[in-house]
Amino acid sequence: MSYTKRNDGRKFDETRAIEAKAGVIKRADGSAYFKIGKTVAYAAVYGPREIHPKFLQNPKNGKLRCFYNMMPFSSIGERVRPGANRRAKEIAMVTEKALLPVVDISKSPNSVIDVFIELPQTDAGTRCAGICAASMALADAGISMNGMVAAVSIGRVDDKLVVDLDYSEESYEDGTVADIPIAVVSRTEEISLLQMDGELSRDDLKKAIEMAKKACSKIDKIQRDALKKKYEVKNG
Amino acid sequence: MDKEQTNHILNFLEKGIRFDGRKLDEYRQIKVEKGFSENAEGSARVTIGDTIVFAGVKLSVGEPYPDTPNEGTMMINAELMPLSNPDFEPGPPAIQAIELARVVDRGIRESGTIDTKKLCIKKEEKVWSILIDICTVNDDGNLFDASALAVLAALQDTKMPSYNGKIVDYKKKTKDTLPLNLKKIPTSCTVSKIGNHFIVDPVHEEEEKVEARLTVEVEEDGTLCALQKGGDKPLTAEDIDNMVGIGIEKSKELRKFL
Repeated sequence: MSYTKRNDGRKFDETRAIEAKAGVIKRADGSAYFKIGKTVAYAAVYGPREIHPKFLQNPKNGKLRCFYNMMPFSSIGERVRPGANRRAKEIAMVTEKALLPVVDISKSPNSVIDVFIELPQTDAGTRCAGICAASMALADAGISMNGMVAAVSIGRVDDKLVVDLDYSEESYEDGTVADIPIAVVSRTEEISLLQMDGELSRDDLKKAIEMAKKACSKIDKIQRDALKKKYEVKNG
Repeated sequence: MDKEQTNHILNFLEKGIRFDGRKLDEYRQIKVEKGFSENAEGSARVTIGDTIVFAGVKLSVGEPYPDTPNEGTMMINAELMPLSNPDFEPGPPAIQAIELARVVDRGIRESGTIDTKKLCIKKEEKVWSILIDICTVNDDGNLFDASALAVLAALQDTKMPSYNGKIVDYKKKTKDTLPLNLKKIPTSCTVSKIGNHFIVDPVHEEEEKVEARLTVEVEEDGTLCALQKGGDKPLTAEDIDNMVGIGIEKSKELRKFL
């Protein structure tokens, strides 16, 4: 048996429907909403602001600090206990690394730029959705950046490579699955996040990266359009 | 907080108006959307002005407490999420979050709006437990009333998952709702005192000037079911009577959103 038709009828290189919005959290310096399929991410940026404790201050560079959190009721099944578990901490770390290449931290010495990612509803691809929202929120906060980051998860379901795995594909039972979240710096097409769960051939990895680049360039456009929309001057 | 802003807010209150143009007892625009998060058994998103609060309900089967062997259990937790306010920090719930969760909890528990006896599956062994989480998304003041409204709306939105006596199948939601006594549903109105003025629904700039607040939770017939005084300054008996009066009056408006 091979995976000939996607569970939700999408093409193999098609992402789920995406909705993006900037400036959704008024108290934050910058914020964004990013929805892909049923996965929803909110990101808020606070800063640059003073970093505590003081010994963390670095006169040369600011610090980019990310937090990732799934709301306790966000997934199917039992309630997720609140608070950062090992998974959340690791995702926060790789999110930081994914975004750092575009953030000019030399512009905010002795300070911290805090990025908070929250997920009220999840259906796989949460770290990628979080990164997409965070990149928009950083731009919305007016943080000095030299580009944007988009991210998407590529999957191998049985013998097929697919863009933007959903939960039903991630838990596909008639064959094996590999999950490869990838973040792409849109301007340079460099890869700033790459992880993989499952087994994959070297060839398939190459293909997966190419698929991610294509999907991310579409996502990049959606991110930019949403940011522009916030600052659109309405006639009349 | 700078003095100019305090004076600004006080000067307006003297004229019987808020600095954002509202009347003293006027709420901002309220919106309640049920079922915004599909994976929860029940959920609601409440916005009051720019304040945004999410509440979600998860159900599981567990053991009853020994002193109530034939009743389901309920737990409310609040996360003052650092994305919602520059002063909220990541980490275990701070005292403000604990207070918020406990005040909302008290209104629901004491009103008896949930018929917990109907949540018993097998006496002394198995009962449904209701796990409710409040997550603040944007704190522009009045998290108490927004949270209470969100939790009640999420409880109303809740559909029981299917249960075969052994495991809960979360993917199959039944049509059954929680056993709620609608007449007993509490609404929460927090009345704040600034100078000699009583206001409802403060925005965060006003909240910083609040000297005392009283959260008044009321059932449909006006019976009080929970109270919580907060703030650093004391209140007179007359103050309290006035505030409870405002709370009961405004509750009628809030009830329409449930």
